Amino acid sequence: MTTHTTTTTHTTAAAPLAPVEEARQVRRRRRLAPGRRLPTTRLIGPAVVLALWVVASAAGLLDPSAIPAPWTVLETGSRLWDAGTLPDDILTSLQRAATGFAIGLTGGILLALASGLTRTGEALIDGTVNLNRAIPTLGLIPLFILWLGIGETFKIAIIAIVVYIPIYLNTHAALSGIDSRFVELAEVQDLSKVQFIRQVVIPGALPGFFVGLRLGVTGSWLGLVVLEQINATSGLGYMMFQAQNYGQTDVILVGLVVYGVFGLLSDSAVRIIERRVLSWRRTLSS
Amino acid sequence: MAPHTEQLTRPAVQLRGLTRSFEGRTVLDGIDLDLPAGQLTALLGHSGSGKSTLLRAIAGLDHGVTGSGQLSAPERVSVVFQDSRLLPWRRVLANVLLGLDGKDAERRGREALEEVGLKGRERAWPGELSGGEAQRAALARSLVREPELLLADEPFGALDALTRIRMHGLLRELWERHRPSVLLVTHDVDEAIVLADRVLVLDQGRIGLDLTIDRAHPRSYRDPLLGEYRERLLAALGVTEDHR
Ligand SMILES: Nc1ncnc2c1ncn2[C@@H]1O[C@H](COP(=O)(O)OP(=O)(O)OP(=O)(O)O)[C@@H](O)[C@H]1O
Ligand SMILES: [Mg+2]
Repeated sequence: MTTHTTTTTHTTAAAPLAPVEEARQVRRRRRLAPGRRLPTTRLIGPAVVLALWVVASAAGLLDPSAIPAPWTVLETGSRLWDAGTLPDDILTSLQRAATGFAIGLTGGILLALASGLTRTGEALIDGTVNLNRAIPTLGLIPLFILWLGIGETFKIAIIAIVVYIPIYLNTHAALSGIDSRFVELAEVQDLSKVQFIRQVVIPGALPGFFVGLRLGVTGSWLGLVVLEQINATSGLGYMMFQAQNYGQTDVILVGLVVYGVFGLLSDSAVRIIERRVLSWRRTLSS
Repeated sequence: MAPHTEQLTRPAVQLRGLTRSFEGRTVLDGIDLDLPAGQLTALLGHSGSGKSTLLRAIAGLDHGVTGSGQLSAPERVSVVFQDSRLLPWRRVLANVLLGLDGKDAERRGREALEEVGLKGRERAWPGELSGGEAQRAALARSLVREPELLLADEPFGALDALTRIRMHGLLRELWERHRPSVLLVTHDVDEAIVLADRVLVLDQGRIGLDLTIDRAHPRSYRDPLLGEYRERLLAALGVTEDHR
């Protein structure tokens, strides 16, 4: 029905009948989808910010004790790296984030499957998770410290909760929102229950799962930052907390940069996996 | 195929007093119907007359609908819907093979795609097909299971007039090759006349007219002799001269 004119030299079919305007060009529809994505466009924004920082520092517009110059941050970073404290702190933080994320991911998926695929599961799980969601997870910190002590366990537990909730919610919504036309199709094609779940329900729910996954990845970093800032005994947040006491803004910035880099990397990794797994969607969103 | 050679075999579909109602409103009101094996039957009726309800009852898709009556249908039934209903996350061949297993399944799937003129598109995503191509893929998916009964609910309803005519030719050709019993629901009187050996009109929950179309195939849309059938069908549908 809709004709996409791709050439600008096209003339209207009505042109010979109405010679008033000679060889009028077909009016092109306004393109509503944003154009083709440029490679590495996502890096342009951060690069601009970095450039502004460099220029402002070099011009002496920034108070070095509030915002140190990028090269100062780099120097501090390499000094801490050589001293061995930075790698240790990074490793500790990564371990926490990764463990909490893995537990949250597994829990989110299993709960979503149980509640999205069975009525009993839904009755037991869905309301409970929504109740859990209504309580701000970071508000649980004091209670968890009392229950689990101020060690690693409570931090991982909090991160896992921050991660599992968006993964559960989005996956469950996708699983239970399966198009009824596809259910009918599966019945007509005599699919078994297992075939139906594996070939129709789960692939159809993957886009929703990835939305949750990306929120979960972001959540794991957010949880980590908050935990390490408030209850730091080791890790990147501890490093920044100490630096605050001594007024070392450059160390704080090193910590922020590391958080930022890992956040960006993990999000990009999820995007790449998503593009691969959902390659069929490219026909719609190209 | 002349209709008189068909009554030897047991009917493929047998309905006795089939009743279906929604919230107390009777949609099918005691339908008795035999569909002989290997016959191509078209079902006409006003919008809302219950054509889809009847088709879904025969397909066994009407869970939870209140009704009574007896119904017997073959083991292998395929359904073609108005939309192609291809799963967007499976490539075309994988869609055709949905629910099919066995080691020569893939070969059969490829053959079915070739039959509907989609050879070479096996690895396309459904989102890359045109409406007509998608519907042909859906036809391949239903044929690859070698159905004894093919139920089609306005399968060409969403297609343009030219593609429709081409699909009519294809459906007739496929039917002649595989000989399933076909029940084709349509709004289009001409489509029914050109394709079917028998045309039923559903009216007030019953079969209001049962018309055998005893003309050789392929039939032309311009054949004046078909005009007589058209008049009778339109009359049964309540379309009179002043409506046109
Ligand atoms: N699930 C349902 N719940 C309630 N009413 C229904 C349901 N399905 C069908 N009906 C009603 O049954 C009647 C027959 O519907 P049906 O879909 O069989 O009509 P149809 O002949 O296929 O119409 P169309 O040509 O428009 O597709 C309609 O009045 C419709 O509103
Ligand atoms: Mg209908």
